Amino acid sequence: MEPQSCVNIHKEWDIVGARQLGREMAKKLGFGTVDQARIATAVSELARNIYLYAEKGQICFEIIDNIEHRGLCMTAVDSGPGISDISQAMQDGYTTSGGLGAGLPGVKRLMDEFDINSEIGEGTRIKAIKWVR
Amino acid sequence: MRIPILKLHNYLLISIQTEIDDQTAIQFQEDLLDKIHKSGASGVVIDLTSVDIIDSFIAKVLGDVVSMSDLMGAKVVLTGIQPAVAMTLIDLGIHLQNVPTALDLEQGLLKLQQELGV
Repeated sequence: MEPQSCVNIHKEWDIVGARQLGREMAKKLGFGTVDQARIATAVSELARNIYLYAEKGQICFEIIDNIEHRGLCMTAVDSGPGISDISQAMQDGYTTSGGLGAGLPGVKRLMDEFDINSEIGEGTRIKAIKWVR
Repeated sequence: MRIPILKLHNYLLISIQTEIDDQTAIQFQEDLLDKIHKSGASGVVIDLTSVDIIDSFIAKVLGDVVSMSDLMGAKVVLTGIQPAVAMTLIDLGIHLQNVPTALDLEQGLLKLQQELGV
């Protein structure tokens, strides 16, 4: 298994491709079925955000394996319009696309670590990690 | 890709066996409402036993199709939601509170019979 793999998000079907890769890597790392589902769902939400708001972007998966930690890190990067109010985007039920507004706060709850950076007109970068327990 | 919809007496049965992408989900919503309209079915069971991921979009489509069918006069029951999927949905903050559910297809059909009083 490569320590790092990336998926480009250009079309709707790439959302499925990204979550399949996420699940596959999670499985190989030894995550249980519930955490596999959590990871795949988080990937799906991040990939859909890229597709909906930025049109194009990339999700990269990286295996963290050292003495202290073992886990899966995913980074979703796009050069879309950026998020003007991150605290608002992190609120449950907030949506600008007519969805359920579960996306970003949901991803934060599904993963163990979550970090978001966004610049207007530059793009958004979200990093999330799940540790193997 | 289309999800097959089977008719059994006045029920429609659906077992989702494939990885659902957004387009398939939307197409399924249309196909189901159309089939309810054409067949006059009074009850629908959507079995999700083989589905190992439901994200916010698919949850919205499923919740919507239940409400839409309800408007048309058909009751929908979702069955077989896996433990991992249920846990993930609650983590996401999706409770699908007004959606009737049952453990499996058999329980789902019983629930429909009770609700429809047949």
